[in-house]
Amino acid sequence: MKTLRHAQRGAIASIPMIIGGIPFGLLFGSLAIANDLSIWFAIAMSSIVFAGSAQFVALGLIAAGAPIWVIVLTTFVVNLRHILYAADMLKFVKHLPLKLRLFMGFGLIDETYAAVRPMYDMGSANKDTGHKVYIGSFFSFYLMWNVTTIIGALAGELIPGISQWGLEFAMVATFISIVTPYLKSVPYWGAFAVAIVASVALREMPNHLGLIMATLMAVTTGYVLDRGNAQNASQEAKHV
Amino acid sequence: MSNAQLTLIIIGMFLVTYSVRTVLFASAHKAHIPDWLNKALKFVPISVLTAIIAPMSLTNASGLLLTLSNPWLVGALTCLVVGLFFQRQLLTICVGVMVFFVMKVFVVA
Repeated sequence: MKTLRHAQRGAIASIPMIIGGIPFGLLFGSLAIANDLSIWFAIAMSSIVFAGSAQFVALGLIAAGAPIWVIVLTTFVVNLRHILYAADMLKFVKHLPLKLRLFMGFGLIDETYAAVRPMYDMGSANKDTGHKVYIGSFFSFYLMWNVTTIIGALAGELIPGISQWGLEFAMVATFISIVTPYLKSVPYWGAFAVAIVASVALREMPNHLGLIMATLMAVTTGYVLDRGNAQNASQEAKHV
Repeated sequence: MSNAQLTLIIIGMFLVTYSVRTVLFASAHKAHIPDWLNKALKFVPISVLTAIIAPMSLTNASGLLLTLSNPWLVGALTCLVVGLFFQRQLLTICVGVMVFFVMKVFVVA
């Protein structure tokens, strides 16, 4: 019963991003059909691969007649950022059984990382409850992504212009609400500023490489400023 | 494309995606993340989330859009201010989304 309660918290924390993801799922389903692919292909993609932006890139590459190895390699590059999430989550999952970790890995998407990872910092998830919260978030996104894929494939043309409504702004708002509690010290402000400038400057790089580079630059900035702080503090401590 | 090719695409995409996500989790019990790396990794959430949304908020297909008639920018700034001041997640999201849609309906259209 308690497990369910924690899973529920994960799902609730994910609601704004689920709303933000709905137009993408509908769009994916309808684009697959528009590209003469079957509904089964769209369903297989969303249920087996389960990787939002990589699925869109793959549709584009299939339409362009790209060879299979290019599609697979591009998917790899687009999803590379997930390895950073895994590295960051490692300390919270290493005590869990292997099977559970392998299962959680399947659901390690941007949104679940965004929803659950800060909860460890804010004290609403810990080593005993975190994986339950995580799975609640993962399941609710998985359900949304597959249901909207099917609806989009069946009835995409019946919902005109849903991609222009701006529902994705719910994701922007959620991400900012996750980011602001961190903005309490210079290193975090530094990482924030560098992430903004670098991601905008590098946005035209292919395959989300700009996103990966901007993230690495911002992380480095935060780390260097943090070290500077720590060194100053220890020097001051020596003087006293 | 033939069905066999489409099946191969799905299998291939699944394998690379799943590997990237689980390679570290699979070896978590013996993997040792050095201290300096852990100190750097704590900046991943703020860095990656900001890097995902900054281009959405500040640009459109034709370039930078740093004007107060851009609903994405104004909505994002609202979220930032409300978030910094009140530190309430739900309030931040609700006010930001409201400002965004009000602008989209009344200002832009």
